[in-house]
Amino acid sequence: MGVPIKVTVNSRQYEAEVDPRMLLVHFLRDVLDLTGTHVGCDTSSCGACTVILNGKAVKSCTLLAVQADGAEILTVEGLEQNGKLHPIQEGFREEHGLQCGFCTPGMIMTAYDLLQRNPNPSEAEIRHALEGNFCRCTGYQNIVKAVQYAAAKMSS
Amino acid sequence: MTTYVGKPVRRVEDHRFITGRGRYVDDIKLPGMVYAYIVRSPYAHAKILSIDTSQASTAPGVIAVLTGKDLEADGIGGLPCGWQVNFRDGTQMKEPKHPVIAVDKVRHVGEPVAVIIAETREQAKDAAELLTIEYEELPAVVDPQKAVEDGAPLVHDDAPRNLAFDWEIGDKAKTEAAFQEADRIVELELENQRLVPNAIEPRAAIGDYNPGTDHTTLYTTSQNPHLIRLLLCAFVMGLPEHKVRVVSPDVGGGFGSKIFHYNEEVIVTWAARKLKRPVKWTAERSESFLSDRHGRDHRTKVQLALKNDGTFLGLKVRTYANLGAYLSTFAPAIPTYLYGTLLQGVYTTPAIYCEVYGVFTHTVPVDAYRGAGRPEATYLLERIVDLAARELNMDPADIRKKNFIPPFDGIEQPGYQTQVALQYDSGNYEAALNRLLEMANYSEWRRKQQELRSQGRYIGLGLSTYIEACGIAPSAVVGALGARAGLYDSATVRVHPTGKVSVYVGVHAHGQGHETTFAQIVADKLGIALEDVEIVHGDTAEIPFGMGTYGSRSLAVGGSAMVRALDKILEKATKIAAHLLEAPESDLEFREGKWYVKGTEKSISFPEVALAAYVPHNYPPDLEPGLEAESFYDPKNFTFPFGAHLAVVEVDPETGEVKLLDYYAVDDFGNIVNPLVVEGQVHGGIVQGVGQALYEEARYDENGQLLTGTFLEYAMPRADEFPMFKVDHTVTPCPHNPLGAKGAGETGTIAATAAVANAVADALQPFGVKHVPMPMTPQRVWTAIQASQQVA
Repeated sequence: MGVPIKVTVNSRQYEAEVDPRMLLVHFLRDVLDLTGTHVGCDTSSCGACTVILNGKAVKSCTLLAVQADGAEILTVEGLEQNGKLHPIQEGFREEHGLQCGFCTPGMIMTAYDLLQRNPNPSEAEIRHALEGNFCRCTGYQNIVKAVQYAAAKMSS
Repeated sequence: MTTYVGKPVRRVEDHRFITGRGRYVDDIKLPGMVYAYIVRSPYAHAKILSIDTSQASTAPGVIAVLTGKDLEADGIGGLPCGWQVNFRDGTQMKEPKHPVIAVDKVRHVGEPVAVIIAETREQAKDAAELLTIEYEELPAVVDPQKAVEDGAPLVHDDAPRNLAFDWEIGDKAKTEAAFQEADRIVELELENQRLVPNAIEPRAAIGDYNPGTDHTTLYTTSQNPHLIRLLLCAFVMGLPEHKVRVVSPDVGGGFGSKIFHYNEEVIVTWAARKLKRPVKWTAERSESFLSDRHGRDHRTKVQLALKNDGTFLGLKVRTYANLGAYLSTFAPAIPTYLYGTLLQGVYTTPAIYCEVYGVFTHTVPVDAYRGAGRPEATYLLERIVDLAARELNMDPADIRKKNFIPPFDGIEQPGYQTQVALQYDSGNYEAALNRLLEMANYSEWRRKQQELRSQGRYIGLGLSTYIEACGIAPSAVVGALGARAGLYDSATVRVHPTGKVSVYVGVHAHGQGHETTFAQIVADKLGIALEDVEIVHGDTAEIPFGMGTYGSRSLAVGGSAMVRALDKILEKATKIAAHLLEAPESDLEFREGKWYVKGTEKSISFPEVALAAYVPHNYPPDLEPGLEAESFYDPKNFTFPFGAHLAVVEVDPETGEVKLLDYYAVDDFGNIVNPLVVEGQVHGGIVQGVGQALYEEARYDENGQLLTGTFLEYAMPRADEFPMFKVDHTVTPCPHNPLGAKGAGETGTIAATAAVANAVADALQPFGVKHVPMPMTPQRVWTAIQASQQVA
C-alpha cells in the first residue's frame, strides 16, 4: 500500500515507501527525523513548514510526500556548511530575529527563497515576502532586519 | 563593573533554533509510542445520549477507545481552578465540575467527548469517523450580558443566572459623591473582544509510564511544569508527586495560553499508565482554536466624572466578563484582581468604583492572555481619557499631564497608594510621556495632521499612558485575595569543581531568552565568562519547585531568587578564599572573578576556590565541602512597569481601511539586563496589541459555533502590515527587588491596543465618530463613518 519515492534532502538521497496520503512535512519530520521543519497550522497559512523544493519555497504541509518524488529538498538542517552558519541564520542571531524559535526555520527558508530571487530587497519587498509566515513573538521587525543583514552579507 | 548586564548580548539559545535543532514536544519520539486523537463536541450545548465505540474499537491500528465514563471509573477527577473569587455577599464562587472528558453533557464546541488511541495518528483519526455519538442539542448562550438575563439557557444547573461570582472594588459611596460634584460625565460602552492566543507551536503532550519503577513522565507544552505536576498529582489523578516528572522542553510561545492545566495533559498521562505505552497528542490548529483557553471578552460601561479644567474626579466601571463554559486555572483572577486593581492607571483619580460579573457561557473557557486583565483596564481607561479630552477640546497629552501621579521613587518618597488596593512601587509617568512626545516629534505630527486634513487625508494620533502590575506577590497577599497557590520563585546555583556553573531555575523560557539574560547576571556576579554558565529550566526532575513564567515575573521574581542564591555562593566562597589566602575575610575584595588581599596583588580565582570546595584538602575547618546554594524568593510587592506609546494611523474614509503609519514606544521596565531582548519583547507585544485593535476576533454565532476557527477566518497580524517601530525607555528602578527590575513581557499588548483605538478615533474626529468597536476592520470603520454622517 506504500508508494516508493526517491528524494534528495540536504544533498542526501533517501528511498522510502510512503502512505499515499502522507504530507511532505510529516515525511520530513516522522520518517527522516528532520524535526527542524515545523507544523503550525492545518490551512497552509502560517508557513512554519516552509522548505525549498527544486529551488523554490513551498509549504511542505500542502504537498504530499509522493509529489516530492524525484525532488531536491533543502530544509533548515541543510543550511549550515562545514560548521559555518548561512548568512541568513547568522542574521537571525545577530538581529535577534527569533524568540521561541518555532516559526524560525520557516522564516529562514522563506528568506532564502527571497534572497535567491532578489539579492537586494527593499524593506517593503522583505515584508511582502514574509507575509505568508506568521510569527507571534517578534513583531516581525527584527526578522526584517535579519534578512537585511543577510542580504548585505551575501552581496559583499 | 558589569561585563554583560545592560549589554545587547546575542542569545545563546539561538544556535539550536536557527539550525533546526530545537526540541519541542512534538519532536520527541519514544519507543513504542502511540497516538491519541480527541473526538470533540460539535455542539455548544447538548446531552450526550450514547456513545457507540464498537466499530471504532476494531478499526485498524486502534488500541483503545476511551470515554469520560472510563475516566470516572478510574477515579480521575475534574480540572481544578486555582483562584477563588467569591460573591460580594460572601457566597462562595460557583465552581462546577470541569470534566476532563465530558460524560453526560457538553458545554462548548470542542469539549473532549472521547479519545481514540492507535498505532499511528492517521489510524486514530480514521477510527474517529467510526465512532457513533448521539447528542440531543440544547439551546446555548454565548454573550455574557445575555447569559445573566432571566430565562437564558443555563450552562450549569447549580449556577443561577450563569454567574460564577460578582465582585467589586473601590469606594462606591465616595465615587457616587464625586459624580454629583462633577462638571461633566463622559461615558462609553465598549467591548474588549475575545481573542485566541495562537502561539505558533500548537499544544502537545506525551504521557510515558514505566511500570518497573512506577514512574510517570509527562512532556507538555507548558509555561509552568511544576504547577502542572502539582495539579495533576494532587487534584486530578491522585498520583504520588515524587513519582511524576513533568518536562516542558523547548516551548514555541505561550502568551498565557500554556499556563493552564489542560484536559489533554490528563488524558495522555492516564492513557499511558493504562496502556503501558507512551501516548502522544499534538493539536491541529483548528483544534487549538477550540481547546486553547481564549482571552479577554469583556462588555463594559465606563464613566469618568471630571471638572471642566480636565481634572478627573471619579471613575465608575461595570463589566460582564465572559469566563466560558468552565473555570480555567486562573480565570477568576483575570477580570478581577488583575483588572479592577489597575483602574487607577497613572492618574490621581480620587474615587474609583468597579463591579464585575463573572459569567459562564457555552464557549471555550477564557483565561489569561498576554497582559491578562491589564490590557482590558488600559483600553477602557485610555479610551475614556481621550474622549474626555475631546469633549473639553484639550490635547490628549495635556489632559494626561494634568492628572498624572507625581514622580516617586519608592525610597525617598513612599509608594503610591491607589484607590483600588495596590501600592505602586515607583513611577515617573510624565517623564515617559515627555520622552515620547520628544522622540515622536508630536507637535510636528499635529501640524501635519491639520495640513493633511485640508487635503482630504485623515491621519490620527493615539496616545496610551499605561501602567501594569507584574511579578504578582507576595504569596500571603495573593492568598488573602483567593489564590490557591504561592507566587514566589526559586533558583539553585551549582558550581562545578572546574568553576563552571549550572543554574536551575523555577521560571520557564518559551521565547523570553532566559538562557542568555540570566546567564549575563550570573557571569557578572561571579566574574566568569558567559559561556561558563548554563541556565537549566523546564524539567521538574532537575529544577527546584518553581511557579513558572507569566505576568512578566521571570526576572523580577525568579531572577531575584537567583541573585540571592548567588549571594550565598559568594558568601561561602569568600570564606574558602580567605582560608586559602591566609587573610581575614574583611581584608579581601572580590573583583572580576578574583579575591584580592586588599592593597596587594595576592589573589585567588573563582575556579580555584570552586576546586578547593570539592577537593577540600586545605579547607576551613567548620565549613561543609561543596559549592551549591538554593533560594526561594517571595517578593514584597508587585512591580509596576509603565510607559507611554503613540500610534499614528491613516484612515481611508472611502474604504474604511486603517494603515499604521508609525509607532513610538517609551517604556520603563526598571533596570534592563539585555536591551536587545527587551526591545524584542516590546516589538512582539505591539504587534499583538495592534492585532487586537485592527484584525483579531474570536467570533461565535448565536448557537455557539466558532465562526473564526482557523487562520483563514481569524486574522493574524502579518509582516507587511507594520512600519519599523521606534522604541526607547526611561529607567525608574524597582525599589524592592535586588535587580531593580520590573518586567517587560506584556507592555505591548497593554499599551498598543488603546493607542491604536485612540488614533483611529482621532483620525475620524472630523466625521464626528466617537468610537469604533474592535477589531477596527474596514467594514466597521466605514460603517461608523456612515452612521455618524447620517446623524449629522
